[in-house]
Amino acid sequence: MILTKAQYDEIAQCLVSVPPTRQSLRKLKQTFPSQSQATLLSIFSQEYQKHIKRTHAKHHTSEAIETYYQRYLNGVGRNGTAPVLLELANEVDYAPSLMARIILERFLQEHEETPPSKSVINSMLRDPSQIPDGVLANQVYQCIVNDCCYGPLVDCIKHAIGHEHEVLLRDLLLEKNLSFLDEDQLRAKGYDKTPDFILQVPVAVEGHIIHWIESKASFGDECSHHAYLHDQFWSYWNRDDCNQAEIQNSKKLKKACL
Amino acid sequence: MAAVLESLLREEVSVAAAVRWIARSAQSSEAAALRSLRPLRKEFVPFLLNFLREQSSRVLPQGPPTPAKAPGSSAALPGRPGGPSRGGRGARSQLFPPAEPSSAAAAEAPPARRGGRRRGPGPGRERGGRGPGGLEEGVGGESPPWAAGRRRRSSGSPGSPGRARSDPPNLSNLEEFPPVGSLPPGPAGRTKPSRRINPTPVSEERSLSKPKTCFTSPPISCVPSSQPSVPDTSPWGHGLPPGCRSLQEEREMLRKERSKHLQQSPTPACPTSESGSPLPSRTGNLTAEAADPARVSSRQRLELIALIYSSCIAENLVPNLFLELFFILQLLTARRMVAAKDSDLEPTPGAPDSLESPLFQSVHDCVFFAVQVLEHQFQVLSYLDKGTLKLLAENERLLCFSPALQGRLKAAYEGSVAKVSLAMPPSAQAVSFQPETDNRANFSSDRAFHTFKKQRDVFFEVLREWEDRHEEPGWDFEKGLGSRIRAMMGQLSAACSHSHFVRLFQKQLLQMCQSPGGTGGTVLGEAPDVLNMLGADKLGRLRRLQERLVAPQSSGGPCPPPTFPGCQGFFRDFILSASSFQFNQHLMDSLSLKIRELNSLALPQPEPSDEDGESDVDWQGERRQFAVVLLSLRLLAKFLGFVAFLPYRGPEPPPTRELQDSILALRSQVPPALDVRALLQQGLRARRAVLTVPWLVEFLSLADHIVPLLDYYRSIFVVLLHLHRSLVLSKESEGEMCFLNKLLLLAVLGWLFQIPTVPEDLFFLEEGQLDAFEVDTVPSEHGLDGMPVVDQHLLYTCCPYIGELRKLLASWVSGSSGRSGGFVRKITPTTTTTGLGAQPPHTTQGLQAQLAQAFFHNQPPSLRRTVEFVAERIGSNCVKHIKATLVADLVHQAESLLREQLVMQGQDGGDPAQLLEILCSQLCPHGAQALTRGREFCQKKSPGAVRALLPEETPAAVLSSAENIAVGLATEKACAWLSANITALIRREVKAAVSRTLRAQGPEPAARGERRGCSRACEHHAPLPSHLISEIKVHSSPPPCDVLSLAVGPRDPEEGISLDHLEQLLGQLGQTLQCRQFLCPPAEQHLAKCSVDLASLLVADQIPVLGPPAPRGLERGQARRLLHLLLSLWKDGFQVPVPLQLLLSPRNVGLLADTRPREWDLLLFLLRELVEKGLMGRPEIEACLGSLRDAQWPKDFSEELATLFNLFLAEPPMPEPQLRACELVQTNRGTVLAQS
Repeated sequence: MILTKAQYDEIAQCLVSVPPTRQSLRKLKQTFPSQSQATLLSIFSQEYQKHIKRTHAKHHTSEAIETYYQRYLNGVGRNGTAPVLLELANEVDYAPSLMARIILERFLQEHEETPPSKSVINSMLRDPSQIPDGVLANQVYQCIVNDCCYGPLVDCIKHAIGHEHEVLLRDLLLEKNLSFLDEDQLRAKGYDKTPDFILQVPVAVEGHIIHWIESKASFGDECSHHAYLHDQFWSYWNRDDCNQAEIQNSKKLKKACL
Repeated sequence: MAAVLESLLREEVSVAAAVRWIARSAQSSEAAALRSLRPLRKEFVPFLLNFLREQSSRVLPQGPPTPAKAPGSSAALPGRPGGPSRGGRGARSQLFPPAEPSSAAAAEAPPARRGGRRRGPGPGRERGGRGPGGLEEGVGGESPPWAAGRRRRSSGSPGSPGRARSDPPNLSNLEEFPPVGSLPPGPAGRTKPSRRINPTPVSEERSLSKPKTCFTSPPISCVPSSQPSVPDTSPWGHGLPPGCRSLQEEREMLRKERSKHLQQSPTPACPTSESGSPLPSRTGNLTAEAADPARVSSRQRLELIALIYSSCIAENLVPNLFLELFFILQLLTARRMVAAKDSDLEPTPGAPDSLESPLFQSVHDCVFFAVQVLEHQFQVLSYLDKGTLKLLAENERLLCFSPALQGRLKAAYEGSVAKVSLAMPPSAQAVSFQPETDNRANFSSDRAFHTFKKQRDVFFEVLREWEDRHEEPGWDFEKGLGSRIRAMMGQLSAACSHSHFVRLFQKQLLQMCQSPGGTGGTVLGEAPDVLNMLGADKLGRLRRLQERLVAPQSSGGPCPPPTFPGCQGFFRDFILSASSFQFNQHLMDSLSLKIRELNSLALPQPEPSDEDGESDVDWQGERRQFAVVLLSLRLLAKFLGFVAFLPYRGPEPPPTRELQDSILALRSQVPPALDVRALLQQGLRARRAVLTVPWLVEFLSLADHIVPLLDYYRSIFVVLLHLHRSLVLSKESEGEMCFLNKLLLLAVLGWLFQIPTVPEDLFFLEEGQLDAFEVDTVPSEHGLDGMPVVDQHLLYTCCPYIGELRKLLASWVSGSSGRSGGFVRKITPTTTTTGLGAQPPHTTQGLQAQLAQAFFHNQPPSLRRTVEFVAERIGSNCVKHIKATLVADLVHQAESLLREQLVMQGQDGGDPAQLLEILCSQLCPHGAQALTRGREFCQKKSPGAVRALLPEETPAAVLSSAENIAVGLATEKACAWLSANITALIRREVKAAVSRTLRAQGPEPAARGERRGCSRACEHHAPLPSHLISEIKVHSSPPPCDVLSLAVGPRDPEEGISLDHLEQLLGQLGQTLQCRQFLCPPAEQHLAKCSVDLASLLVADQIPVLGPPAPRGLERGQARRLLHLLLSLWKDGFQVPVPLQLLLSPRNVGLLADTRPREWDLLLFLLRELVEKGLMGRPEIEACLGSLRDAQWPKDFSEELATLFNLFLAEPPMPEPQLRACELVQTNRGTVLAQS
């Protein structure tokens, strides 16, 4: 799927300060019916993440945390079954999962002697049943389930997508009879940083020589292009001097190959 | 310096410490007594040598005419018997200035020598001009008697240049006793002085020339030299270098110290003079005085000095090992003590062990000392040729003084097979005609070709004429042949003709002069023979005879200057007469090329460790080949040096400082004719010094005086000095050079250091310059140095001057014929044999290698390259192959073993390091297979590759040989690598596998080892897991079925999910779990968890179903159907553990609490089904239920929960028919409702 820059900008424009809920996603889908759900979600997720990165700090001041916690306590005090935490997150324009984490941390601090470790928090977020307070467990669960950009479920989805696309890519390569070395083989050869696939015989796609393929399974916006170039691709370049960095959004590849 | 010796004598300092002190620069463990003397360290050895020479001066006068001059001390030269005795001793003694402290006297000798023989220091010259009269002024009683020797030496008056005039003979008389490289004596029987000792015109400016302080003490010496032109002067006047003052102070201190001693122990020591035995006057009596061990005067002192002297020799602190041996043999064969003047020999009372008293007071002392030193040097002696050994072993003095040493020598003699033929083999004079190498095709025109042919004829004609006539008296090369040669050279117009002629010239040179005979071994061989034949009548007559016989080609003592003996003379004279610039240039080019070629010639290197007796012959061949190459190189290098430095050859006296500087500036920019420094460094690095250094020495020996001052060559000398120092003969370890190799290098280097053009101070360089050598000679592998390539024959061929030792001994025998003449007849030193020293054999492997070399030699070079390339690649591929097969298999084994281990030991499996050890110990032995497999691989792969790469037309036999060699080389390479590395490789791979396995085992242990992947028929069309998770969690695609978020809320009133979609979703989940193509464990885990959440929502009736009227709860039957679907997925679909206990978590059960009316039957149904399907055990469920009761619930909910619990417990363990269960639930529900 290849988007023009204009299309992308239009989508991104719509995503300013939209809460990461299914409702927002549904609206987006209605606005851009021609785009696939996955593309929209990917763009949405990236835009929202950028937004969160910008605003993250202000939600983590001790005052903010205290305010949120008090509001949560008040809310559940009035009605434990109401979506207090989710609404709070939406109201302050913060990711529900991250809000749940803030409150959970604060809660555990209050109820336990030792400050909770990160792994404990993560484990409770993955399985809210472990949260000692039933009401909070429900609230957290609600937040996680309703967050389409953050949270353990979303992470898992992303991971699954990455894995799936690697598998897809491998299948495509096999189908096209392109000989390649995958990441495991490369690692076995001692590469420290490896792309997903190195083509043993380079191919030309649209006039570019392609030596290797890295599937990022996400929308390749400018920002992520830049970041990946910095973090990964130059390393590949350094390790395989004649390589041309070729970022393959797997969606693009899918389209190109199918 | 003297202080050092004194402290040694007083045993304040051990000899070992002293030698350490001398040899090493900064030793922390220096003896305290020596620490303060550090600045003087480098002067110690020259001092010692000079001291010994000086002390022996009275003993050696009657020695054979062979020069015995030590490099540093002209004073030590033995006098010539019968020399006119001019200049009374009294006068001579007056030469000493009154204030001279005795202890320092010895130290002063060297500068005298310098001054005399070379370009003495300025003050000396000035004084010299004044003449003896001036010097006589300051005679004082203080002058110690033992200084007489020196005084005697100083007898020469400035006006009488260098004629022996002393009685006792003037040892410093360099004309009489030419130190180094004396030329054949003139008609008068005098040895012509070598250039080194030529009287040098003295000029005021000379004082500015490069200071020469080497081998001497600081230039304060007042020891007069015999060189009248340069009488030395009393130093401590004006213009003393600072070092002198310190020496001055040292002397002062010594004197005080001594007087202290005297006061403390006034007992006079035993008189040391030989006063009891009046010395025979020098009357030309040649009979030697009998030496008696009992009459040795001060044994202890002699022993000590012998020890330190020997240590210096052993540590290579002396410039020339053989010169010292020669000196020692001279002492051994000293005939009688020179009649010392009584006043000189008066014992110094009270200080017997100091330097005050003469060291050698009698022949007994000399012999004792010599034998002592010889004992220490036995190792070197044992490597000398058989003839020398025999002479030594039969020496009656030696027998008398040390029967033990004599025994050892005798044994060495008997065991020695090193019969060096000193007889001259007939020189290969056959003129070679090799027209085939100079065919027409190589010439530009017919005319050039014919001209060249003519030139060949002229050349050989000239050569033949020279052969016939050069020995005729009065024949002169230039006069006889000069014009013809020049005419011939004139015809060589074209450059190509020059190169042709040069090739011919060089070939002829090699052919004629390569053989040892061509290098002037004649004398060496003949001298003993002559003595033998004549029966050793009288030394005088003998000497005359000998001189006559030997004169033309005398090797001139232990350190002869470079000469062009035999046929070499022809080529030298030819070059000189031709005096053609083009010819010289072409010759240099050609010589350089040939030298490079020969120097880098890969001489076969048989394994030095292989010692089986079978291949002696081959080894002999190797040695012969080495000898041929070495001798050729030396010859070529000598001529290269000759031609290269020919233009700079100038008048003897070095120029003034200013002139010298400007010459240096000029010369330093002239590139060397051949980059010998690089070749030397290469040679050292490749451990081929034994090949490179000897020819380099030849090259350098012909350098002019300026050369050693040039930075480029100076650096070479520094390297050579380091090398010399490092060649300690006693060091025998792995990787060390072979003894005879070392001996050869020591001999040639020692000789080089004595060449007149080489400044003496080079040897005693500043210590600072002697660093950073070790780095260079890190022994890389087995080079030539470690192989016994040198034998005595080669040693004596390269260094004929070693034969002087034998001559000296022989002349002693002949001289003492009166007593032991019988000896002479027994000596039959000249038999040509080829039986040479122990020949390390070598193996069939070596032979194979040689065969392979030979094979390649006859084939085009591309064949060799191909074979080597194939071998290299196949060997490398073999290793890769082993890695990919054997090692990979072993890694798989390791993984499965590890898994077993983990299963056995539980999940944690124990310490990873320990696991690794266990695995490796099990698997590494299998690595042994690698060699077999590697061999098979190479055998299989190499021939094909060779065949593919060689031309089709390659003969079958050549092809198969090439294939075999390739197989062999490849196998060798691969097996070498494998045998060295296979264990480490397996270890590394297994380690990686272990850590991989352990890591992977961490998060989802249960997923491991289970089936993965879907059936073959699967076409992977199942929905993607990510899609499913999204659907279950939040999904907004139409129709909206974002189940969990919808169920959990908040939701709009109209939101809901259709039952169909719900069923469809579960169906998709089933497909995905079946297909598994895209499923990764984390996704599956989340799917499992989501499904459990979904079940809980179903049980709690929280799923808003879109119905025709409005969203509502599910029908019970629908819910059960969905739960059934989920149950079967849990049972069969998921491969990860499903967190079913979450169904009974307080949170999920709590969902029920919010519903009105509460539906317990679905939960009970679910629990029963779980038990029935074996998904959960009853105890597990009971435990969960039990923990539920602990949670806080509304009172009514707790009661209902308790009822449910009881109901579940009340049921029989075996599942009842479903209908009945439902009824029960039904009843139960009724009860609950009734209660509420």
